[in-house]
Amino acid sequence: MDVSQDHAFGVSVKNMSKHFGDFVALDAVDMHIPAGTFHALLGENGAGKSTLVKCMMGFYHKNVGSIHIDGAEQHITGPHDAHELGLGMVYQHFTLVPSMTVLENLVMNHPHIPPVINWDQERHKLEIFLGTVPFKVPLDKRTSELSAGEKQKTEILKQLYLNCRFLILDEPTSVLTPQEADEILGLIRDMANHNQLTVLMITHKFREVLAFADAVTILRRGKNVGTFSVRDLTAEEMGHMMIGAEPIRELGSRKKLTGGDIRLELRDLQINNDSGERAIKAVNLSLRGGEIVGIAGVSGNGQIELVEGLAGQRPIDGGEIFVHGTPYRGTRAEIRNHRVACLPEEPLKNACVASMSVAENLAFRHFDIWPFCQGEKWLKRSEFTRHAAERIKTYGIKTRSPAMRMSELSGGNIQRTVLARELGEPADVLITANPVFGLDFAAVADIHAQIMEARNHGTAVLLVSEDLDELLELSDRVIVISDGAFVHETSRQDADLSVIGQRMAGH
Amino acid sequence: MGDTDIGYWVVPLAVFAGAIRVSTPFLLVSLGECLTEKSGRINLGLEGTLMIGAMSAYGVSYLTGSPWLGVGIAAMAGMMMGFLHGIICSLPRVNDTAVGIALMLFGTGLAFYFGKPFIGPQAPALPSIEFGWWSDIGQIKSALSINVLFIFGLVMAFVISWGFKSTRWGMIIRVVGDSEDAARAMGFNPNFVRTVTTAAGGALAGMGGSFLSLFYPGVWHEGLSSGQGIVAVVLVIFARWNPLGCLYASLLFGGAGALGPALQSVGFSGGYHLLNVAPYFLTLVIMILTSSSKQRLSGAPGELSVNR
Repeated sequence: MDVSQDHAFGVSVKNMSKHFGDFVALDAVDMHIPAGTFHALLGENGAGKSTLVKCMMGFYHKNVGSIHIDGAEQHITGPHDAHELGLGMVYQHFTLVPSMTVLENLVMNHPHIPPVINWDQERHKLEIFLGTVPFKVPLDKRTSELSAGEKQKTEILKQLYLNCRFLILDEPTSVLTPQEADEILGLIRDMANHNQLTVLMITHKFREVLAFADAVTILRRGKNVGTFSVRDLTAEEMGHMMIGAEPIRELGSRKKLTGGDIRLELRDLQINNDSGERAIKAVNLSLRGGEIVGIAGVSGNGQIELVEGLAGQRPIDGGEIFVHGTPYRGTRAEIRNHRVACLPEEPLKNACVASMSVAENLAFRHFDIWPFCQGEKWLKRSEFTRHAAERIKTYGIKTRSPAMRMSELSGGNIQRTVLARELGEPADVLITANPVFGLDFAAVADIHAQIMEARNHGTAVLLVSEDLDELLELSDRVIVISDGAFVHETSRQDADLSVIGQRMAGH
Repeated sequence: MGDTDIGYWVVPLAVFAGAIRVSTPFLLVSLGECLTEKSGRINLGLEGTLMIGAMSAYGVSYLTGSPWLGVGIAAMAGMMMGFLHGIICSLPRVNDTAVGIALMLFGTGLAFYFGKPFIGPQAPALPSIEFGWWSDIGQIKSALSINVLFIFGLVMAFVISWGFKSTRWGMIIRVVGDSEDAARAMGFNPNFVRTVTTAAGGALAGMGGSFLSLFYPGVWHEGLSSGQGIVAVVLVIFARWNPLGCLYASLLFGGAGALGPALQSVGFSGGYHLLNVAPYFLTLVIMILTSSSKQRLSGAPGELSVNR
């Protein structure tokens, strides 16, 4: 059933359902994507977007339903069948081999690799192919040295080189600058316009849907809410359809605060990464109480090292950190005295012990002192439970009991638990990185409101994020980090998205 | 032909000959381990594989009179040990380091058990190739009498090095070793690839064992291997997972090991035992100088458990 074609084709999904045990991930979903169109798939986390495309690609076996290509029903039993039919998918996370060059990655992706590879011949074939597509990548660079935009182009090229004519993109722009995202989506849009490609893109960015897509299908709790032409829609309408009737917590108003004392100060701070290269290059920053300073940047420009350095998880290699004007090294005593709170990214990995209970995780900051600890020796379990029950109630953490393991909570509730621990008592400084990554609307609004509330109560907040919308919504000041240096600073009022994007890309 | 006096030239010649002789088992075992580690798995059981190889090669050579058959059986036995490691580690949540240590003890014990009857009798040894035919000097002739397994290892180092760059199999091994996600996305089965490379690595280590019992020292007893299988694993790290690096590292290690006896042969006997420690000391020094607490080893396969 080899259907190698050189033009795009349409794909329809009819009555598709998928159950995982009792849980209905997809409930009788219909979707039609005409040939040569750019189709967006919108929905919250857990709405069934990934399940739907994985059923289409044959990773999951659907319970009910059928897939039609140009009107003819096709049986896709595995990814191999999907590839043969010209369906290809670019995953949310890069699947490039870091130590290999672009050329090697592209050749190795082919299903029929000769036993002995003639690199000159392969290079020649690839150069001819690259002449037919708009994407340009350096063939001899190792993929670990590529920028995020180049990596994403290579991922797309991998699919096009396999003669894929129906391309599924799973949140393709989450690690790109706005400029990189626009460039790549624009090129794909052109290919669709020329009827070379049909595109299905999973996303949560309304801006990209409105700018590039022809039509959008919205999923909610496994059901198709509807397919709409993008021309007839606004971002607000899309948002409403995605979340349904669920109430959303309002972001508290920004209290006008001025002249707070300097809480956190970085002087020529330098931090190395795991490979011993300088990841943070002599940065300076003063953070006052009652302000949120946002650090914008494409991931991998030193943000992880900066947050780990400030949290005391990574040694600093030069310069100094001051909290309340005194040198700060992130020891337990300093954290307690200066009331420094931290909500790092992926909190289950970076700020919790996954196999311990919610109550124990909630007590990490004070478990070794009274009232958790009696006479500095014996832990008082009843106090753990009482304290946890109180926090669970105040912060709306959904857990069956305080004794539940941390790893059994959902992403939003893990985030709420860590916030409850870190902001449960007033904090002087809060350091947070991508605090709402992967959360649904209600949880995002909730956590944003809590960060704003902390700010309004005088906490100095350092917010490191890859999400510009989040930064512009919350921050009083935005600083752009690029290649380990602070390259741009702007107040909230004067922030210009296009300038920030350019600085993020290092221009 | 006569014993021309070549003075102190005897020392470098002896070091050269010793380097080749001592390095052969290191070379074969480290090449095998390199193959396995490139696919993202570490097999610490090669010490046991080495002993099984040595015992089975000696036994077969003694019983059949053919040392070559012994080498072949040693490779087969090594392959079986590697295969065992490979399939156990393919089970979910199995730790390759722990399995390796278990197989090291298992292999050594098995070799002692089956090897008891072969302690004592003399088995036919492997021949060597005389590259010194052009010379009249005895020392040169003996230094250039090079064993066949070394030449095999030499060729294999180049073949594996080329294979990693230019063959489908070599590329697949590197993909699997560097990124399991990428491998799955490309449709390769990491467990299958790793089981094959561990089996192949075991075969090379088994041959390394046959060298010990059939060439140098050329007997079978229970103290035959003094940790060569373990040292070879370290040599792979030292060689930065590069097969040609394994060759150089083995030669350096062998040369350092031959220094003591060579100096003794010209009457320099001070610190003999100290000189015997030279290769280990050298390894330690080089590892310390080339390692860093802040930096990951360059060239390490991304999926290797020691590296994650």
